[in-house]
Amino acid sequence: MPGDPHGGRDRPGHRAALALGDDALVLAQRLGEWAGHAPELEEDVALANIALDLLGQARTLLSLVDDEDKLAYLREEREFRNVQLVEQPNGDFAQTIIRQLYFSVYQELLYGQLAGCRPEDATPVAALAAKAVKETAYHRDHAEQWTLRLGDGTEESHRRAQRAVDGLWRYTGELFQPIEGLDIDWENLRATWTTSVRAVLEQATLRVPEGSQGAVWAAGGGRQGVHTEPFGRLLAELQHLHRSHPEASW
Amino acid sequence: MSPTDEAALQSAFDAAIGADERIEPRDWMPDGYRATLIRQIAQHAHSEIIGMQPEANWITRAPSLRRKAILMAKVQDEAGHGLYLYSAAETLGVSRDELLDKLHSGRQKYSSIFNYPTLTWADVGAIGWLVDGAAITNQVPLCRCSYGPYARAMVRVCKEESFHQRQGYELLLALSRGTPAQHAMAQDAVDRWWWPSLMMFGPPDAESAHSAQSMAWKIKRHGNDELRQRFVDICVPQAEALGLTLPDPDLRWNEERGSYDFGEIDWSEFQQVLKGNGPCNEQRISQRRRAHEEGAWVREAAAAYARKRAAAPSNEDGRR
Repeated sequence: MPGDPHGGRDRPGHRAALALGDDALVLAQRLGEWAGHAPELEEDVALANIALDLLGQARTLLSLVDDEDKLAYLREEREFRNVQLVEQPNGDFAQTIIRQLYFSVYQELLYGQLAGCRPEDATPVAALAAKAVKETAYHRDHAEQWTLRLGDGTEESHRRAQRAVDGLWRYTGELFQPIEGLDIDWENLRATWTTSVRAVLEQATLRVPEGSQGAVWAAGGGRQGVHTEPFGRLLAELQHLHRSHPEASW
Repeated sequence: MSPTDEAALQSAFDAAIGADERIEPRDWMPDGYRATLIRQIAQHAHSEIIGMQPEANWITRAPSLRRKAILMAKVQDEAGHGLYLYSAAETLGVSRDELLDKLHSGRQKYSSIFNYPTLTWADVGAIGWLVDGAAITNQVPLCRCSYGPYARAMVRVCKEESFHQRQGYELLLALSRGTPAQHAMAQDAVDRWWWPSLMMFGPPDAESAHSAQSMAWKIKRHGNDELRQRFVDICVPQAEALGLTLPDPDLRWNEERGSYDFGEIDWSEFQQVLKGNGPCNEQRISQRRRAHEEGAWVREAAAAYARKRAAAPSNEDGRR
């Protein structure tokens, strides 16, 4: 959009692509930190695989809005639209897995709804959703299997899994804040998500948290560009080299 | 087993090697052949997983999303190569856990090249071009190695490695043709990685402890010096095409040999790195140990869960 200072980012379809693209980009960045640190080689492969899928989704979605690198590397913290859940630090393996469980169930349900819309209503985001929903089903399966193993494994793993379940719960409410430009039944999404996650946690012998799913102190939260403290450092690392060479292409 | 049986098995083995046949896991093989292969395949597997570290060091900082995706895919491939190679080693009667134990306790080695640090983004390209290039030069002949499972693993590994090598070259080309700062970054990386890459072929043939026996067994097909020369001959024109120089004042075409002459390698540096005194030896092995130790509770949880499922009475998932 020539002459538009925001590169057309304010259009509803673009706002949706940016929100979902930022979710995928930021979580891919977090998972990328695991490379070479996983508890076993199979998990090094699996986490890198999921990160790559997410990065692929991010690139497609951001490219719908503007140049992917301009968006990833040259926006500041307050301009990112990802939910706060995905920017949470990796912590231990349990924290990473529960974050992945909460997010991949959300993503699969969301993309499932988007991919199922009538062809005449299909948006570019819906086209991506049809592909992404398959990847996301795999991510969800991986997270669910590990939630069961950790929750119903040893006392130690149960304790760590429960801590992660409780600690991340407050970031789940934001997942159901409507995103302008997406034709989604948000209340239905919340209900289905809650049922699915509850079933996995219960099967894993974990207690389903009763506290608030909303971080009231965060005002609008991530979708409005209000993030948690660790996010600034994540961006500093992501963007440093690109910003150091403004004239360069890579 | 009587001495005559042993002699008959040995001569059947020798005949198979002589006829260029593949040795398979259930075949009889001399103890020394088995031990040499375990050592070499394990060291190769360890190199793949330690080799993830210097590159993974740049995943979070890759300067474009395309480069980030390429690098993530590469590091994932390396973990996969580690898995194939541990499986190949396991066909010889060792377990992955034992081998990892030996890596973590320093009783088995990995390639000395991964003890050098990745200090700039261009190092990722130099590793792809030079380190993967040297690895391929070493590994392509291993696709014809006499031990079947190793040879077959190498076929898969080499395909993926060639792809990584082209990507590394392309990364350096973009830098070399980029801004002056990018070009300088590329040149600096090549300056630092050139000699360590030449050391990847191992000591000169005359000083190589295992070479002669490995060649007789057709595990190795070429001497260290021959492969090193082949690599230099490939790299010089590639460096010219990149617009980068190689840091060797003695490098020049030898018309008579039809090959490049090159300068003397600093073998004392090589020995120091092998002894554990390279720039990153301590860091690499500590990170590997830490990942293993910090992951212990996860592996225990998976094992405990599997036991519970196996013991669960006649439910579908629990049935063996």
